[in-house]
Amino acid sequence: MGLKKPYLDVPGTTVFDADQARAGYWLNQFCMSLMESSNRTRFLADERAYLDEWDMTNEQKQGVVDRDLNVLIGLGGNIYFLAKIGATDGRSFQQIAGSMTGMSEDAYRAMMVAGGRSPDGNRYLHEWSGSL
Amino acid sequence: MSARISASVFTSHVPAIGAAMDLGKTEEPYWEPLFAGYEPSRSWMSENTPDAIVLVYNDHATAFSLDFIPTFAIGTAAQFPVADEGWGPRQVPDVVGHPKLAAHIAQSVIQQDFDLTIVNKLPVDHGLTVPLSLMFGQPDEWPCPVIPVAVNVVQYPVPSGRRCLELGKAIRRAVEAFDDDLDIQIWGTGGMSHQLQGPRAGLINSDFDNAFLDRLVSDPEALSATPHIDYVREAGSEGIELVMWFVARGAMNDLAGGASPTQIHRFYHVPASNTAVGHLILENAG
Repeated sequence: MGLKKPYLDVPGTTVFDADQARAGYWLNQFCMSLMESSNRTRFLADERAYLDEWDMTNEQKQGVVDRDLNVLIGLGGNIYFLAKIGATDGRSFQQIAGSMTGMSEDAYRAMMVAGGRSPDGNRYLHEWSGSL
Repeated sequence: MSARISASVFTSHVPAIGAAMDLGKTEEPYWEPLFAGYEPSRSWMSENTPDAIVLVYNDHATAFSLDFIPTFAIGTAAQFPVADEGWGPRQVPDVVGHPKLAAHIAQSVIQQDFDLTIVNKLPVDHGLTVPLSLMFGQPDEWPCPVIPVAVNVVQYPVPSGRRCLELGKAIRRAVEAFDDDLDIQIWGTGGMSHQLQGPRAGLINSDFDNAFLDRLVSDPEALSATPHIDYVREAGSEGIELVMWFVARGAMNDLAGGASPTQIHRFYHVPASNTAVGHLILENAG
C-alpha cells in the first residue's frame, strides 16, 4: 500500500513532496546557485550556457528560459527555489506568485488588496473541473 | 534562580515587510496599517526586552538547499550572518547567538527524544530577520541574542502540529533547567494563510486565520491536531508554516500545569504582498 497523498485533490496546487523533490533535484540546485551574485551575472549573460552546466532535463531548461513557473513546478521545482530566478530578474515575490495565476500583475495585486482569493470554490479539484 | 520563559510572540514573516522597511516605504498607504498594528508590540518590546529569544522560523531554501533538510535544527553559533536570498542581503545587523544556552537546549531537548540537528553555519533569511525588524524596528544592532530554531516546512512532510507543540514543551523544560537567571522569550513565526505557487496563488482565508488565533490561545492542544491537509486546502500550501507557532505556544506555562497566559496584543491584516499577517503576544503570569 502506497503513501496517502490527500493533497492531490487540491486544485491549482502542487505539494513539494519527496517525489517532486527527486524529479526537481538539479533544477532546484541550479536555482540555489543564483544566491551568489557572480552566478546571477553569469546566468543573465548567457542563460543557455549556464543551464547546460546542470544535469537538468531539456524541459526544465526550457521552462527556466520561458520563466514558466507552473511548468517548472510540475517538473519538480519548489517555489522558494524558483523565486531565486525571479530575484535574479529583479522581480518581487508578488510578481513571481502572480505570474502563475493567469492574471495580469495589476489584477492580481488588486485581488490581494481586496482580501485575496477566496477558499470558496477553490478547495477541491472537482470545483475547478471545466473551468481550466 | 534559573532561566524562564516570560512570553511568546507570534508573527508572520513576509519578506515584503522587510523590503518595505529597508526601502523606507512604511508610511505609504499600502503599508501604514500593517506597521500601525505593530506599534503596541514595539512599545511592549522596549519595556520587556528579554535576555535572549528562541526564534522558531523556517529557512526558505537559503541555508538548507536540497543537500540537507533537517526537520528541526538549532543554531548554536555565536553569530549568524544575514543571507543573500537572491535580491542581495537585507541591510540589517547580523544576528548574535547565545552559544551557551543554545548548546544547553540542544543537549536537553535531544535527551527528551527530539533529534535536533545542530547547526553552526547558518546564514539566516527573512524568516528570522523580518520578525526581528517588526518587533525592534531598525536598530544598529539587535538588542538581545537570538537562538534560531529552524523547522522544515518546505519539503513535505513537515512535522505535525502536535510534534511542534511537544517540542515547545521540551524547550520550556530545557530553559528551566538552565542555571543562569535569564528572561527568555520564544517566538513562533510564519503564516498566516497564503499560497505562493500555482494557479491558486493568492489564497487567503481570514475565517480560518481568526479561528486559529482564537484557538491557539484558548485550546492549543486540540488545535495542534489539525491535519496537514486542512492547512493546505483551507489556508494555502504555504499556510502550513503555521505549525511553527505551536513550538512557541507549547513553551508557555499553562501547558505545563501553570496559569493561562495573558494576551497582550492581537493583530490581523490582509494583505502583505501575497499573505495574511497575524500577530499575537502572550505573557506568562509572574
